[in-house]
Amino acid sequence: MTAGLRVEALSAAYGPATVLHEVSFAVTPGETFGVVGESGCGKTTLGYLLGGHLQPGGRHTGGRVTVDGTDILALDPAGLRRWRRTGVAFVHQDAAGALDPTMRVGTQLAEVLRLRGLGRGAAAAEATELLRRVRLPGEAARRYPHQLSGGQRQRVMIAGVLAARPRLIVLDEPTTGLDAAVRADVLDLLARLRAELAAAVVLISHDLDLVGRHCDRVGVLYAGRLVESGPAAGILGDPAHPYTAGLLDSAPRLGMPRRVRRLAPIAGRLPVLGATSPGCVFAARCPVAEAACTTAEPALDERAVPGRVVRCLRPGTAPRITAEVTSQTAATVRPEPGQPPLLEVRGLVRGYGDTAVLDHVDLTIGAGEVVGLVGESGSGKTTLARAIAGLHAEGTGQLRFAGAALPAGLRRRSPALRRRIQMVFQDPDTTLNPSQPVWRILKRALRTLRGKPGVAALAARTRLDEELLRRRPGQLSGGQKQRVAIARSFAGAPELVICDEPVSALDVSVQAAMLELLAEQRERTGTAYLFISHDLAVVGYLADRVAVLYRGVLVEQGPAGPVLAGPHHPYTATLVGAAPSEPSQPALVNGAGCLFFHACARRIAGLCDVTAPPLAEAEPGHFVRCHLDPAALPRTEPTTSIGGVRA
Amino acid sequence: MSSPGPSARPRTAARSRAGLVPVAVILLWAVVAALWPHLVPHDPALQDPTVRFRPPGPGHWLGTDQFGRDVLSRVLAGARPVLVVAPPATALGVLAGTAVGLISGTVRGWFDDIVMRVLDAVMVFPTVIAAVLFIALLGRSPLVVVLVVGAAFVPIVARSVRAATLVEREKPYVDAARLRGEPLPSLMVREILPNIRATVLVEATTRLGDAVFAAATLSFLGLGQPPGSPEWGAAVSDNRVWLQVAPWTVLAPALAIGSLVVAVALLSDALRHRLEAR
Amino acid sequence: MRTFLLRRLAAVPLTLAGVSILVFLATDVLPGDVGRTVLGREASAEAVALYNRQLGLDDPLWLRYGRWLGHFLTGDWGTSYTLREPVAALVGGRLVASLTLALFAFVLLVPVALGAGLVAGARHDTWLDRTISATGLALGATPEFVTGVVLLVVFSVQLRWFPVSAQAGPGDGPLAVLGHLFLPALSLVLLCTGYVARHVRASTIAVVDGGYVRAARLRGTPPARILYRHVLRNATVPATSALGVQLQFLLGGLVVVELLFNYPGLGALLLQSAVDRDVPTLQAAAMVLGLAYLTVTLLADIAYRLLDPRVRLAVAR
Repeated sequence: MTAGLRVEALSAAYGPATVLHEVSFAVTPGETFGVVGESGCGKTTLGYLLGGHLQPGGRHTGGRVTVDGTDILALDPAGLRRWRRTGVAFVHQDAAGALDPTMRVGTQLAEVLRLRGLGRGAAAAEATELLRRVRLPGEAARRYPHQLSGGQRQRVMIAGVLAARPRLIVLDEPTTGLDAAVRADVLDLLARLRAELAAAVVLISHDLDLVGRHCDRVGVLYAGRLVESGPAAGILGDPAHPYTAGLLDSAPRLGMPRRVRRLAPIAGRLPVLGATSPGCVFAARCPVAEAACTTAEPALDERAVPGRVVRCLRPGTAPRITAEVTSQTAATVRPEPGQPPLLEVRGLVRGYGDTAVLDHVDLTIGAGEVVGLVGESGSGKTTLARAIAGLHAEGTGQLRFAGAALPAGLRRRSPALRRRIQMVFQDPDTTLNPSQPVWRILKRALRTLRGKPGVAALAARTRLDEELLRRRPGQLSGGQKQRVAIARSFAGAPELVICDEPVSALDVSVQAAMLELLAEQRERTGTAYLFISHDLAVVGYLADRVAVLYRGVLVEQGPAGPVLAGPHHPYTATLVGAAPSEPSQPALVNGAGCLFFHACARRIAGLCDVTAPPLAEAEPGHFVRCHLDPAALPRTEPTTSIGGVRA
Repeated sequence: MSSPGPSARPRTAARSRAGLVPVAVILLWAVVAALWPHLVPHDPALQDPTVRFRPPGPGHWLGTDQFGRDVLSRVLAGARPVLVVAPPATALGVLAGTAVGLISGTVRGWFDDIVMRVLDAVMVFPTVIAAVLFIALLGRSPLVVVLVVGAAFVPIVARSVRAATLVEREKPYVDAARLRGEPLPSLMVREILPNIRATVLVEATTRLGDAVFAAATLSFLGLGQPPGSPEWGAAVSDNRVWLQVAPWTVLAPALAIGSLVVAVALLSDALRHRLEAR
Repeated sequence: MRTFLLRRLAAVPLTLAGVSILVFLATDVLPGDVGRTVLGREASAEAVALYNRQLGLDDPLWLRYGRWLGHFLTGDWGTSYTLREPVAALVGGRLVASLTLALFAFVLLVPVALGAGLVAGARHDTWLDRTISATGLALGATPEFVTGVVLLVVFSVQLRWFPVSAQAGPGDGPLAVLGHLFLPALSLVLLCTGYVARHVRASTIAVVDGGYVRAARLRGTPPARILYRHVLRNATVPATSALGVQLQFLLGGLVVVELLFNYPGLGALLLQSAVDRDVPTLQAAAMVLGLAYLTVTLLADIAYRLLDPRVRLAVAR
């Protein structure tokens, strides 16, 4: 009997379409194996199959999954049920969906325990104890899932794993969608869980950085194939497969702006599910593919790199990008003396009903400048974007554009003024009118925005394939849709384009192409951006200056480098990832003090909770809203540990 | 990750063929409604005391009623009153409801508030009571039935169109259109309307079924056309006292109503499935 | 929730006012000549005119409405023109009869509709589901008098299992009364089942294919326990509002079913009084039925909100 998890030549399909093709790996007890891949590569199917579960329409077409010698996929339904009670536990991205909304959290946990044979009373007591161990207060047991925050719900899921004490733990995107500070907390709990249970752990994620930091070994999944697997440090530091190399080179890194390390997007797009080709699945997108790559699928090569398995004929030959470590100072666009800034926001207050979302926000954007806006979900980023665009007009505060007053509502802005401010939205699926072909979308934009070029010229400028013009949005990939949306926003001659999380719904390889496109458009037109993202590495890649929003208050604003590396606001420090914040407590009732007080590691009791902090100039042009002396503000060296390209 | 679910099922072909049956039934009744004078074996109004309560058989394939009138002929002639009323009532309800819902959902604000409050109040109003009162007030005629039934549909259609409009309106493509300065009519007609057409179509077919239902029911209640008309609902109502003597006089018009409403319902359901699958 | 309740309660008098105005307008214009109706064909024109003046029928509209509403609110509902009975007693008795029928139908409807919806949802996209769904759809589209006629022909005329009339005899026991009510109730149930079952089916599918049922399966929870602990509640709660809508339908359907089965209920009274131009009865029947309708709508909305903890807990705040 082999202890731990063994996956041998596992294959699965939906109807005729193969989703997993001969995937093999092994995880010993206490070890963590990371599965990295973009959406649609088969990650989720693989994760479920490890627990003997197939999604509707799915079929297991070959191979075995054994846990401590038990062949999971050969068990009968009753046997599988019995095995699952102590054999496996899952933590999913969607904790809200995995908890029954009509049952108290404690009852749900107790149910897991009762399946293991505990009595009613003992199960209830143990459930409370488990919640305590994941740092939730005892009364959480009596709460319903919707009364908990996203991070708290994820902790309940982890308590569920503790309750089951399984041999195998499958973590499927466990922290995706959580805010940076909460995320650090959940990851910390997961690490303890691993240490305590000595189970085999499979961590599935699209996040290379996360996998690199938390896994012993890593497998890279592409179109249902494990193209490369081996020790995490080796693979992320020196990838052998061109796809792995491409993934690493298209992911922005914290502290590495575009002028230091220019991303190299992977060409093309993921093959459509079920599309078959005789050769390597990656050949069509591969920079080093040769004739042999398109005729036969490469076998798993165990000798090319010691300790690694690679499915490639030319391992390690793909060209890599390099970071130019220069001492070049920030190439911030400095406004001409005497020229007013392009956009000035003064004392902006916005809200929905009685809920204030933005509290006296001040922000300036110079002509041609890229200002990054970061903050966690619910911090008011999108509200600020919509307020500037004129889509959210109810509230107080002044807006000025190019030295003149900018009316709050779109209806009161002149057509000429409207054309100067455009927006790119987050969700590619709803950003385009689904009933219009691309050419009509662009033509309409050109007409209303008084754009000079024709549709074809506009498409060419944004590298949009001519053949895509006749398609409707439903026939485009996410990246293509977003490209059309960017083309649309540049149909006229915008002076400010507000980009609201323009790449966060896209996969890493596509994301890089979109960032490059935005950078090129800016170089060509000199347009200023307000670039919004929850991802600091993405913001840092393009931004000249960065503003940090926390619960509707702008806590920091300044040149990108110092804001991200420090000295910066204690909250910004938690975003950068070094300092896990303390578990959040209920918000201040009076709201008189600093909003970050409850979670701040450096709070000064009697000051921070009573008096609102002032906005202090920590360095020239770098403002921090904190009571701490500028010298005492935290500094953070970016902790990205991926790869040898670290500057 | 979105799983490639079993959405593309092979039975769509079988389904679309099954969808032809309701279409055939509806077309059949439409033809009958148009051409019944040429199709009936007897004059539907002709009374013949010698053949009262004749059970179905040769000569009178569906029997005769208390006045010796041929039931088959009366059923065939009864298609017209329903089909004359239901489509215009549906058109009225769907057009007015779509306009109200689209405008209200796009404009929002106080206009929307007022419209919704009024629609709420109208929706809560019991339809049957309203119909009884209105028809008592305005008299019995096809036009009154069209107006009453159509008016009853307006709030229903308006609410579902408004709900769909609100969903679309929040989507970024509408924001983008507003940012580039598209005027309000263009927002409604060019941007939103094409993307809620599934809702409107489903409403139209569903309401058509409801209109047939309502017209038949009003006729059954004696609120349809003046007495003597071969209306199906009125025929059921008039003959129900003879139920134990001559059940065919009741069953035949009842099944005629049933065949039409079920066909319309199945068609609208098939349409809804197809539109939702997209 | 509190604002919701307040808003709903505030809408009640508004709608009632609307109902009363419509009822008044329709009935005030409707009767033509009340004096003529009451005094009969033989009365002289002078007598009729005098009678009308005494009743205040020559007064302006708003005054007549105010007077009428005052009478209605103080319980003075007048005397039926045709039945020569106090309207209040008449309407009261009919209301009890109608509510008995509606309640019986509702009691039958709940298990039938929930059961059909749960089975169809749990076995969705099988032949069983398609049969249940198509049957529910067809029955829901068919007017209740059509199904009622078919039920009568089959079960009363042919099989003789149930009586033709819904009205029980004076000496009948409760079981016999229910026997009389069964077919009318069933025709209402068949009308409403499809709609409720469709909602239950949809929410069952959402639950069965949803995250927490999958999570429970992945924990090795036995299927029966999953059904009982997770599916039942989550799938039926959203259907409460559908049941509320159907309760309205039941009340509306009463008019039709009572006519078909010769049942002395409020609906039949409403219709008969409209045909007979029996104004006081028509007014009272319409007002009472409208009030019942409003009550049911409100109760269904509140019930839905109380059953769902997500909404219920928002009440406490």
